[in-house]
Amino acid sequence: MIKLIDVCKAYNNKLVLDNINLEIADGETLAIIGGSGSGKSTLLRLMIGLIKPTSGKILLEDRDLVTMKEHELDRVRLHMGMVFQYSALFDSMTVGDNVAFGLREHTDFSEAHIMEIVQEKLNLVGLPGTEDMMPDELSGGMKKRVSLARAIAFGPKIIFYDEPSSGLDPIMTNKIDELIISTQKRLGVTSVVVTHDMGSAIRIADRIAMVYEGQLIAIDTVDNFRRLKDPRVRAFLQDLYIE
Amino acid sequence: MFVRFLEKIGASVLELLYFVGDVMLLFIAAIKQLPVKIRLRHVVNQMSHLGVDSLPIVSLTLTFTGMVMTLQIANEFIKMGAESTVGGIVAIAIGRELGPVLVGVVAAGRVGSAMTAEISTMKVTEQIDALRVMGTNPIGYLVVPRMLACMLMVPVLTIYGDLIGVAGGWLVAKFYSGISTYVYVNSISTYVALNDMLGGLVKASAFGGVTAILGCYYGMNAPDGAEGVGKATTRSVVSAIVVIFMFNVLLSMFLY
Repeated sequence: MIKLIDVCKAYNNKLVLDNINLEIADGETLAIIGGSGSGKSTLLRLMIGLIKPTSGKILLEDRDLVTMKEHELDRVRLHMGMVFQYSALFDSMTVGDNVAFGLREHTDFSEAHIMEIVQEKLNLVGLPGTEDMMPDELSGGMKKRVSLARAIAFGPKIIFYDEPSSGLDPIMTNKIDELIISTQKRLGVTSVVVTHDMGSAIRIADRIAMVYEGQLIAIDTVDNFRRLKDPRVRAFLQDLYIE
Repeated sequence: MFVRFLEKIGASVLELLYFVGDVMLLFIAAIKQLPVKIRLRHVVNQMSHLGVDSLPIVSLTLTFTGMVMTLQIANEFIKMGAESTVGGIVAIAIGRELGPVLVGVVAAGRVGSAMTAEISTMKVTEQIDALRVMGTNPIGYLVVPRMLACMLMVPVLTIYGDLIGVAGGWLVAKFYSGISTYVYVNSISTYVALNDMLGGLVKASAFGGVTAILGCYYGMNAPDGAEGVGKATTRSVVSAIVVIFMFNVLLSMFLY
């Protein structure tokens, strides 16, 4: 379980996140929505320990990430995976090497076993036979899928997605959504998805949380969230009705 | 007016102290990562990049430096009847000062800039965050192999540069100034001590470390965007060259 207690984050005395309290249960898929600059990506980076909050606690299985040293965080992060907004694939490595990275760094597995896992994960994301390709030969959607294969290669318990549908066409967005759902079902992981795409959030999430100007203004199950009367939430839901 | 002037000086000094402190912290963090894991394959890759990339420019720089130095001193020394010292003086000057400094400057321009550009691009495209998310310390993964490679390879390049520089000097001494090969070589063996060359290699290793640490520091702290990468690269090269010249004075006092 991930639990955020009274978390605040400020940059140069400007409050980006204000008193966030949030609990994410094991095996749950939570979508965090909000407009550009609302603080949702900052929230994600706090949860994975890439940045420290100005105040508050971030508990992962009752261990506070905030007080951990970097080498302790490194160990904790082995149980996490992240799909970055722009994939963040290592551009000097092949797709196979990208997916194998964590396994080569942190296990004593034989090269044959590592390649077996790489092929399995690439099959899982629908990209068999791409091991020898370089990231610059891939489309945006393929990069996202390789990024997911890399994130799940080490068998994480939690996967974080930062704007997984950003820059993708609607068809590819649907494919990525399906992949997030199938990954969650197959691996039973906890998923935290930051997105500004309300349609995606409704398709993939068990619960939706909305961040508005640094504050968590709503969090509820998908059905209840759609019925909320808050005008800030309604404004975000409007796009769905236009469709 | 005067107070404002003093404030500006104070701000610049503070900025410089912060910079020195940050670079020292990065160096200490890299040293701390040494016992954790040394990625030999990465070190060898970096060494091969550094060596292969810099060989032509080191050859050209040191050949011409050895030639011009001999050109300047040979005829004057012949007039004073001291032609038997030309080879020794060229070898000592190159071995102690010119070899390590010039190879260090070449490494800063050729390799330090590449390191900054590569690491800052990795930062901008979130690849460094990806390393951290996968439980890999970016300093251990990116900085340590580059630092080790530079500290090992710059001295190797310096040995090569010293030899090439002395050979360049011989070309001018023999074919322009008419000093025989025997006299030139004999002068080297008479005047040059092993310590002259070893001191130069210690300097070269330090310059390699400076180049790598500054190259990585500017890369990891580059502002976002293409302009940020460009600025970081320029600053990295300029700082490395300035620090190499400063270190050279200090090390010369200490070593000789």
